[in-house]
Amino acid sequence: MTMIFGVPLAVFMGQITLGLVNGAFYALLSLGLAVIFGLLKIINFAHGAQYMLGAFAALLGLEYLGINYWLALLLVPLVVGAFGMVLERYLLRRIAHLDHLYGLLLTFGLALILEGTLVNFFGVSGARYPTPEVFQGGLNLGFMFLPTYRAWVLVAALAMCLFTWFMIERTRLGAYLRAGTENSQLMQAFGVNVPLLITLTYGFGVALAAFAGVLAAPLYPVSPTMGSSLLIVVFAVVVIGGMGSILGAIITGLSMGIIEGLTKVYYPEASNTVIFLVMILVLLLRPVGLFGKEA
Amino acid sequence: MTFIKKTLTTSIALAAASTFAVSAAQAQMSDDEVRIGYLADMSGTYRDLAGPGGLEAMQMAIEDFGGSVNGAPIEVLSADDRNSADVGANTVRAWIDRDNVDMIGGLVASSVSIAVTKVVEENDGLAIVSGSAASSITNEHCTPNHIHYVYDTYPLANGTAKAVVEQGGDTWFMLTADYAFGHALEGDVTKVVEENGGEIVGTIRHPFPTNDFSSYILQAQGSGAKIVGLANAGSDTVNAITTASQFGLTQSGQQLAGLLIFLNDVHALGLQATQNLLLTTGWYWDMDDQAREWSDRYFDRVGARPTMVQAGIYSSTMHYLKAVDAAGTDDPEVVRAQMAEEPINDFFARNGQIREDGRMIHDMYLAQVKTPEESTGEWDLYEILSTIPAEEAYRPLSESQCDLVQN
Repeated sequence: MTMIFGVPLAVFMGQITLGLVNGAFYALLSLGLAVIFGLLKIINFAHGAQYMLGAFAALLGLEYLGINYWLALLLVPLVVGAFGMVLERYLLRRIAHLDHLYGLLLTFGLALILEGTLVNFFGVSGARYPTPEVFQGGLNLGFMFLPTYRAWVLVAALAMCLFTWFMIERTRLGAYLRAGTENSQLMQAFGVNVPLLITLTYGFGVALAAFAGVLAAPLYPVSPTMGSSLLIVVFAVVVIGGMGSILGAIITGLSMGIIEGLTKVYYPEASNTVIFLVMILVLLLRPVGLFGKEA
Repeated sequence: MTFIKKTLTTSIALAAASTFAVSAAQAQMSDDEVRIGYLADMSGTYRDLAGPGGLEAMQMAIEDFGGSVNGAPIEVLSADDRNSADVGANTVRAWIDRDNVDMIGGLVASSVSIAVTKVVEENDGLAIVSGSAASSITNEHCTPNHIHYVYDTYPLANGTAKAVVEQGGDTWFMLTADYAFGHALEGDVTKVVEENGGEIVGTIRHPFPTNDFSSYILQAQGSGAKIVGLANAGSDTVNAITTASQFGLTQSGQQLAGLLIFLNDVHALGLQATQNLLLTTGWYWDMDDQAREWSDRYFDRVGARPTMVQAGIYSSTMHYLKAVDAAGTDDPEVVRAQMAEEPINDFFARNGQIREDGRMIHDMYLAQVKTPEESTGEWDLYEILSTIPAEEAYRPLSESQCDLVQN
C-alpha cells in the first residue's frame, strides 16, 4: 500500500475529500462576510446566527408548512435575506457613520438575542433534518465511501461561490456596488440609489449565510448554538484571505478545510487550533491577508 | 473514625428529634426557612439534560412535600452556571454567605460540581450532585458535605462496555473528548474491555467541542475494530452518531457504543441514527408504572419526557426533605447522616443507599435503543435489557480513594 507520511494513500485522499467539503462551508460563509465587509465595512458578527436561522427556517418550514428541501433552498435565503435587509435599514444604517466597532457590537448583540430566544423555545439538543431522498446512500470513490449528500454540498457551495464572484466582479450591478462603496456621493450624483444598493448587498450576504444553513441542516443537528462555534473559524478564514477579498475568501476557505482535515489525521488534538496558527503566521508575515490589497 | 463520629451524632440527633415535641424541633431549623439553591447549565450544551426541566422537577418535589418542612417554608433559588467552575463556585459562595442557602442541588458539569463541593465543604453546607458524570466526585474529590445521586462514569463503563464485550464486541476503537472527563471515561472503559478479554486497537482524542466528525469516523472505519466507543458527551456524541450514520458505519458491520447518552440525545438524533445502540442508564421514564405515573405528571408541566437526571433531582430533593423532617433540623451534617440512614426506594431509585463516601448506589439498567419499527411513539425510545444490581454497578468501597472510607 502506498503511504504518505505514514498514512495510507486511501486515508490521505479521503481526508482531502472531506476537507474540501468542510472547506466549501467555510468558503460560503466567509464569502458572505467578505461581501458585507468589503462593500459595507460592517463586521457582521450576526453571520453565525443568520446561518443558524437558515437551518432553523428550513426545519420549521418542513415541519409546519411542508416545504421540501429544494423549495427551502430557494425560499429560506430569500426570507432570511429580507430579514437581514430590515436589520440594515432600521438598525445598521443608523450607525453606519460611526466606527466599525459599533457595527460589531450591534450585530454581536443581535446574534445573542436571536440565539437566546431560540434556546428558550427549542432547547439546545437540536433536531434532525432528514436527508432528501435523492441523496440517500453514498458514492464509492474507491478510496472511501462518500455520502452523496456531502458530494452535493461541495457542488452546490462551489457553484454559489462562483455565482457570487461573477455577480460582483463581472456584472454591471457588481460594478455599481463596488463604485458605490468607493465613492457614494459621486454615484448618487449619477442617479444611482446607493442606500438601496447597500441594503440589497447586506441582504445578499445574509442570504448566503442562510443558504449555507439550509445546506448544513441535513448534515448537523439543527440547534440554536450551531452558528456560534463556526463563526470564529470563519472569521479567521476571512482574516487569512484578506478582509473583503471575494476570491481570497473562497480559496482560503477551501484550503483551510483541507489543512484542518489533514490535521485530524496527523494530530487530531490540534485540529480546532490549526486554522488560528495559520492566521497568526499570516498576520505576522503578511498583515493584509493572503489576497488583501495593500492599503 | 469520622464515620463512627457521624453515626453517633446522628443517633443523638435522632434521639433528640424524636424525644422533643415538634415545637422544639422547629427551633433547630436555621432562620425558620429551608432554602434550596438550584445550580445548573440553563442555556448551554447540557441545558436539556437537567436545566429548566430539573428546576421544575425540584419544584414538583417541594409541592408534593407540602411546601414546608417542620413548619418552615421551603424556598428555591436558581442560577445558570454557564458550565463555568468559577461562576458556579462564586454563586454558591454568595448563596451560602448572603442567602443562608441550606442545600445546593442540580449540578451538572463535573468541573463545576468539583469546584462547588469544595466551597460547600469549606462553609459546612450540603450539596446533592445529580447531573455530573465523573466518578472522582465521590472518589478522590469526596467531601463529608456532598452526595452524588443518579449515575457516574464507573457504571457507564462497567455496564455498557462489559455487555458489549460479552456479546462479542472484543476489538474497540475509542473516540475520546480531549479533556478530563473524556480521559477518565476512556480509562474506565479500557480497563473493563481488557479485563473481559477485549482489546483497544486505536484511540483518537478530539477537541471539545467538535462540530464535524467525518474525518474521525473515516479513521474509525479504517481501523477494522468491531466497536467504536464514544467517550464523549452532549453535542459531541450527537454529532459523532449523526456522522457515523451518514457514512454507513453500522451498515459496514461496525457497531457504536455510546458511553454517556441521555434520553434527550436519542430524542434529538432520532431512532434511524441511534437504533440498537447499547447504553447504561440510571432510570427510564417508561420502565414501570411508578416511573410512568411520575413522568406523566412531569410531561404535563414541561412538555417533554424527563431524563434520568431530572427524575433524580425530584427523588433527591424529596429524600432530602424527608430527612430534614425526620431529623427535625436542617443542620447539614445531621441531615446527610439521616439521608444515609434511610434506604431509597421510590419511582426513581431501587435498592438505593447513600454510602459513606457520598455515593448513592442504586440499580442501574442496560438498555438498547429501539428501532423505528419497534417504537410506538415520539418518546418510546429504550428497551430495558437487564438490571445491574446496585452493588455491582458502582465502584466498590474496597477500591475507594475517598478519605471518608476506612480501607
